[in-house]
Amino acid sequence: MAKFFAITIIVIAIASAIPILRHTWVAPEDISTHGALIDEQMSETMAEAGISFLAAQFILAIFIWKFSNPGPNAKIKKFPGGAKGLVVAALLVVGVEVIALGIFGVKAWANVYLTAPSANAMPIQVQAGQFAFYFRYPGPDGKFGPMHPELISEGSQNFYGLDPDHDPDSKDDIVTAEMAIPVNKEIHLLMHSKDVGHSFYVRELRVQQDFVPGLDVSLHFTATKVGRYEIVCTQLCGLGHYNMKAYLSVMSQPDFEDWLKKQAAMQ
Amino acid sequence: MPDMSAHAVQHHAPPTSFIRKHIFSLDHKVIGKQYYGLALLAALVGMALSWAMRLHLGWTNAAIPGLQLLSKTGAPGGVITPEYYLQLMTMHGTIMVFFVLTTAPFAAFGNFFLPIQVGAEDMPFPRFNMMSFWVTFLAFVVLVSSFFVGDGPTLGGWTQYAPLNSVGSVAGPGQGLGVILWMTSIALFCVGQLLGALNFIPTTLDLRVKGMSLMRLPLSAWAWFITSCMGLTAFAVLMPACILVILDHVAGTSFFVPSNTVINDQLQPHSGGSTLLWQHLFWFFGHPEVYIAIVPGIGIVSHILVTNMRRPMLSHRVLIYSMGALAVLSYMVYGHHMFVSGMNPISSLAFSFPTLIITIPSTIVVLIWVFSLYGSKLRINSASLFALGFISMFVSGGVSGFFLAQPSIDIMLHATYFVVGHFHMVMGVAAMFGIFGGTYFWFPKMTGRMMNETLGKIHFWLSFVGTYCIFMPFHYLGMAGNVRRYSSFPEDFLQRLIPVHRFITVAALVTGAAQLIFVYNLIHSRFWGKPAPDNPWEATSLEWSTATPPPFDNFGGKHPVVYHDPYQYGVQSSVGDYVMQASPEQVKTEHEEK
Repeated sequence: MAKFFAITIIVIAIASAIPILRHTWVAPEDISTHGALIDEQMSETMAEAGISFLAAQFILAIFIWKFSNPGPNAKIKKFPGGAKGLVVAALLVVGVEVIALGIFGVKAWANVYLTAPSANAMPIQVQAGQFAFYFRYPGPDGKFGPMHPELISEGSQNFYGLDPDHDPDSKDDIVTAEMAIPVNKEIHLLMHSKDVGHSFYVRELRVQQDFVPGLDVSLHFTATKVGRYEIVCTQLCGLGHYNMKAYLSVMSQPDFEDWLKKQAAMQ
Repeated sequence: MPDMSAHAVQHHAPPTSFIRKHIFSLDHKVIGKQYYGLALLAALVGMALSWAMRLHLGWTNAAIPGLQLLSKTGAPGGVITPEYYLQLMTMHGTIMVFFVLTTAPFAAFGNFFLPIQVGAEDMPFPRFNMMSFWVTFLAFVVLVSSFFVGDGPTLGGWTQYAPLNSVGSVAGPGQGLGVILWMTSIALFCVGQLLGALNFIPTTLDLRVKGMSLMRLPLSAWAWFITSCMGLTAFAVLMPACILVILDHVAGTSFFVPSNTVINDQLQPHSGGSTLLWQHLFWFFGHPEVYIAIVPGIGIVSHILVTNMRRPMLSHRVLIYSMGALAVLSYMVYGHHMFVSGMNPISSLAFSFPTLIITIPSTIVVLIWVFSLYGSKLRINSASLFALGFISMFVSGGVSGFFLAQPSIDIMLHATYFVVGHFHMVMGVAAMFGIFGGTYFWFPKMTGRMMNETLGKIHFWLSFVGTYCIFMPFHYLGMAGNVRRYSSFPEDFLQRLIPVHRFITVAALVTGAAQLIFVYNLIHSRFWGKPAPDNPWEATSLEWSTATPPPFDNFGGKHPVVYHDPYQYGVQSSVGDYVMQASPEQVKTEHEEK
């Protein structure tokens, strides 16, 4: 029974590692300038966690195999080095390992969150609401008109509660249900929610950020590959949560300008 | 033979009526069994909910026979709607975290065995103890009642994030009365656990018998003591938070709803609240809660392992200090649930480092367990199999914590199935293995009958392999970017992952069915099991010094006197390779820790 248990542990440990080593299920290819650091951090952590996982399971299995149900004359033996050695090993090996991971990880985090967007980053607003995202481009004047929550109306498609009759800055604002951005151009995303908590998650862009009702949250990133990607909500927001999504189209600069013109014409 | 001094203090007289004996009992042992029964009932409900969810995730349009009886609108024809999926999921999480993982290892086993392990005849405040159970039971009734009133239970998840939890039914089914019932239930649950903690702490500190120094307490007793200290502070924060949400619903306050909230084109009558405030209050409770669920498991598993290894742990003291370190650090890491919440990004780094550092005491615990096996005389039985399985699960769930402790990686993994896999393994399955191990180990003492070992082993094998088949793939799904809390997978990207979900569903159904073997074994053995001797495992701690099952006052009107450390195995005494804590027999030992 004990030997069978030991073998089961080893088989499970190896079987668990195979899909990781074979990259059977992996995140889609990164299309951001900052994502490489996150992916690298993920790989390093996988190596350390994987070795720890396999080592612990193997040692557990070996000891179960070797020390279960011994004969009546077997003597109790103490592990050489005792607890002190183990505590020192845990402090040194695991302590150094995790602190190193933490310190190296700061760079990847700082790249996304602790650096300000550059002055020429393109501002785009995104508003999350049950169960859709709406995006707003400031138009030729480069300014977003003020929002009036009391004017928000899905029925009349005034998603942002704009009042272009009284606010000149709102007149040229472009509101869309799909997000388009030029490739290799830094984007400064200004995020707010009109109702409950939501999140903005684009796997390929390596970004995930919650919308916090009552707070303006911002994010900046640069996409490096033309394509169409899904934006999904990852914060439980109500009954339609599973279906709250929009698309991000990364385009060449001329294509983006054409797209924006078409959207402006449709306002 | 155990030494019992002649004097004893009766805190309360033995009951005579059926009601005082079995229902409104003041006896900590009956209360412990009541908690166990409640946890078992809750686990069965929680498991049935997970079956429904898993079937829906594997085959979205599958009709689940009978489910329409629970909700005609939520499951018309037995097919789960997206909103009803979220309601079932919320109830599954809430029931499992609160009424199973907190109730069974801490309140059930702790109530039954803590007083006996310290040598006391009961807890110091038996009426509070009785109230603790009945308030918890009421909390469960209130929670489950939400299935049958209004538009059903809340759909906001077990974390109940604001402002979804505070704006009322305008935000979706169950967000009105469902939330109020959820908050009432959890506030009551907190009261129950606070009353429990008020008993556990003085039991440990003040009711120890002569000779029972703190370092002579068994590891299970230490674990319950540390957990009760955590419970006292954590539940004391969650309870007022729940009350504030109720006030947002019924008293027109705005603790958690900010200004300018527009739902269904209507500006909500709230202003000035903070949504992040809820997250801080919730996770200040929520992370210690993870350890409230797992530390008793660590103690129980240590207690079972050491008995079956026939040798003391490499260090009793280091295990105690490590459990203490886990408890203290658990308050300093809660912000890792909020890395991408919009909290100041520097705070994320501040919360990341303690989260990484908490790996150290966890590693020490595992190393002490594993290397104590070295050179031991390990006995394999249902209890020790589950204890060893616990170690394997704790490691598997623990290493995924390396990822989630780092904010940069959390950007990718937050709110994905990776997180679901992580917490199910490290606090869900591991804690369940602790509960199972504790049951197989202590059942003889609790009921006077042995459990069936063959059924126990079958239960173990199906559970061990089954839970790996369920929860390891969760990690792969998460790494591929599969978002949690989705009732189906309409995104193009997720379509290719559906076969993995179907595999998990089949594994969940089989593993769930295996739990019915356990329930059968439990019920059958309770009535028809082989009569148990007083000390079937040749164990040393005080619960094995008394009769099986223990008398009303635990030690037959006497106080035991403690002469030894809790785990004197691997010695030569008149009874075998162990000497009981209450035995005055002097034996030569190399293991006594001062």
